[in-house]
Amino acid sequence: MHDMSQQAVQHHAPPTSFIRKYIFSLDHKVIGEQYYGLALLAVLIGMVLSWIMRIHLAWPSAPIPGLELLSKNGAPNGVLTPEYYLQLMTMHGTIMVFFVLTTAPFAAFGNYFLPIQVGAEDMPFPHFNMMSFWVTFVAFLVAVAAFFVPDGPPLSGWTAYAPLSAVGKAAGPGQGTGQVLWALSIAIFCVGQLLGSLNFITTTLDMRCKGMSLWRLPLSAWAWFITSCMGLTAFAVLLPACILLILDHVAGTSFFVASNLVINDQLQPHSGGSTLLWQHLFWFFGHPEVYIAIVPGMGVVSHVLIANMRRPLLSHRTMIYSMGALAVLSYMVYGHHMFVSGMNPFSSLVFSFPTLIITIPSTIVVLIWLGSLYGSKLRINSASLFAIGFISMFISGGVSGFFLAQPSIDILLHATYFVVGHFHLVMAVAAIFGIFAGTYFWFPKVTGRMMNETLGKLHFWLSFVGAYCIFMPFHYLGMAGNVRRYSSFVDDYLQPLMPLHKFITVAAIAMGVAQFIFIYNLFYSRFKGKPALQNPWEATSLEWTIPSPPPHNNFGDRHPVVFHDPYQFGVESSTGDYVMQDSPEQIQSEGDEK
Amino acid sequence: MATTIHEPPKVERSAGKLRAEGVSGDGGWRNLSPADGDIRAVQDYSSPPASTGIWVGITGISMMFAAFTSALVVRQGSAPDWRHFILPPVLYANTALLFASSFSLEMARRRIAAFMGGTRNRAERPALWLHITLGLGLLFVLGQYTAWRQLSARGLFVATNPSSSFFYVLTATHALHVLGGLLGLVYVIRKLNAMVLRRTTLDTAARYWHFMDVLWLYLLILLWVKL
Repeated sequence: MHDMSQQAVQHHAPPTSFIRKYIFSLDHKVIGEQYYGLALLAVLIGMVLSWIMRIHLAWPSAPIPGLELLSKNGAPNGVLTPEYYLQLMTMHGTIMVFFVLTTAPFAAFGNYFLPIQVGAEDMPFPHFNMMSFWVTFVAFLVAVAAFFVPDGPPLSGWTAYAPLSAVGKAAGPGQGTGQVLWALSIAIFCVGQLLGSLNFITTTLDMRCKGMSLWRLPLSAWAWFITSCMGLTAFAVLLPACILLILDHVAGTSFFVASNLVINDQLQPHSGGSTLLWQHLFWFFGHPEVYIAIVPGMGVVSHVLIANMRRPLLSHRTMIYSMGALAVLSYMVYGHHMFVSGMNPFSSLVFSFPTLIITIPSTIVVLIWLGSLYGSKLRINSASLFAIGFISMFISGGVSGFFLAQPSIDILLHATYFVVGHFHLVMAVAAIFGIFAGTYFWFPKVTGRMMNETLGKLHFWLSFVGAYCIFMPFHYLGMAGNVRRYSSFVDDYLQPLMPLHKFITVAAIAMGVAQFIFIYNLFYSRFKGKPALQNPWEATSLEWTIPSPPPHNNFGDRHPVVFHDPYQFGVESSTGDYVMQDSPEQIQSEGDEK
Repeated sequence: MATTIHEPPKVERSAGKLRAEGVSGDGGWRNLSPADGDIRAVQDYSSPPASTGIWVGITGISMMFAAFTSALVVRQGSAPDWRHFILPPVLYANTALLFASSFSLEMARRRIAAFMGGTRNRAERPALWLHITLGLGLLFVLGQYTAWRQLSARGLFVATNPSSSFFYVLTATHALHVLGGLLGLVYVIRKLNAMVLRRTTLDTAARYWHFMDVLWLYLLILLWVKL
């Protein structure tokens, strides 16, 4: 069987030309780094957009120097128009959700480490893998191109609700060409992620080395596998939705635009479309997307914590079952985004029930982490700090989910800053903390050098405090009735909230500046960092059995064979308190029975 | 083909055997390591990736058409503007072509198996039925194009009515997938001509092609019932 699987893969020799080595590379590790680079570029753009929005919210009439260069009509004299505020908000959400939260934890880390953790030389379809990245990159360029068309990017938000997103120019600036570019970009992105998911699933199922049963996969590998299953089914639904949206724009169809819609005294040339249809299709993708962003973080954080706690989690299998349950339930809860959409109120009850149920696996995951941490002699380093930060953000953001899961409360809180605070903590910040944990942990393996720990810890504390200063007040704003998507709050009852908005803006700028500590550390350590040992964290999984950085074919002349589950810590062995997965050494102590 | 694969251990035994020998005392998953560290006693779990990959691909494509189907059902029920029309008769001939192509592909697999097994030689043209399959597939796509022409001649364009919109969208998306399958067949023919065809490649292409049949049958029934 093994011979068959190995020969069935189109393996490739080490590339010699610059283009094949660094640009159109078939090597999963290079593709992983390319995805990481794309996410880094995207997050910088997304962060600058959030700064612009936050400055405008705090000081609505203050000009932002240079902004008129981005759009003369959207920011005359450097002051955002309400429409351009929405356009920037749309691009912030789109870039962050698709090109950061999906690409970094899933595509970047997964590409680099999944084949190594399963003991494979590469993914089974390297050409598809290369296409996956470059298709995603084209999608990014198409999305960013929306800034440079006459009306600018769309203003319909990252959710692109119809009919706003489907009627074209009449709906406002950016709703013509900009919206088409948005839909095209997301459709292309879906193709890229489908190709990636295909590779991830087959890698996990078919490329495992001898002895690597599914239960012996590290939790990070399990998380990427579960995420790829979600990606396969979720992006396959968003793709047709985007095709239909594009047709409503360019072919004059009426999938999403209802009859007799009048905009600016003009009757729209559409008939009978269903605006709810878009929401159903979008959120059938959209809610699993939340878990596509967060489940890889769960796996990475577990992987990082275990190595630093020097003991396995309370239950390896329960953690896997819980992540799997989250994936399955994520398809059943999507209607909770639509409680106030006008769908049948009975549907709200139907969707509310699984939404409350999904808190059970979420809670189990958290309890396993906390129970495992309790009493452990945790090694405090940048990676483990960000892993704990992830748990903190996941709990804080998750608790507000309990409230939003109930239609009667959601009716009050819907479209307020409470929702914005909730999803930024539980999805965005938590996922990004997972990315940071993974970066600090695996950087020595990727580069052969250590990141600076002092800078890493400083980065953590500034980010941790900064994130809470920004997003916890959002909840209070929401409860005070502060609606989202407004470009300024200078009128009536929102006026007393302005000091809080100013505080949040200052915190956002400070937290953003703190990220440059990370960027500096990343690039400085890449070239000048302390040389890393092959296994600096004394971890047990297969990536730590190979040189840093890994050779082209990962395991060199060796064909890995696995004898143990991935986390044999707290044992007595010739190496210390741990046994590597590929060590044939028999485990002597009680760790064997865990 | 350049390869850096290293030979795995040759001797394999099943996990069941290991358990029977008392090598693993924990249900067989946690610590399969035998006392003497004999690496031969470790189970291999791999199967051909292309075989799995095509099922993964079929799952994704099925999901995509499931989404289109649900969109069709919701859109039909959302307003009283749904217009029924008679499907172009050429679709039935196209269906016969596509099914014939699956039959010819199975003929191709038998002939290639005989060729690879040494009971046929190159003079008996092992790729003949693959070329016939390719031709039938191309005729199917041309037939679909004819159906679009016939429909537009009746004044039914993509934006005329939601029913015609879905007709064009579903048939065009399926045709694009068939074109992808044709590219796969061309790849198989090239590999066969170069004498480097793997069995899994042929099996994978065949599975995909047959799936196109099943998918088309489903779409034809859906269109026939709903339009």
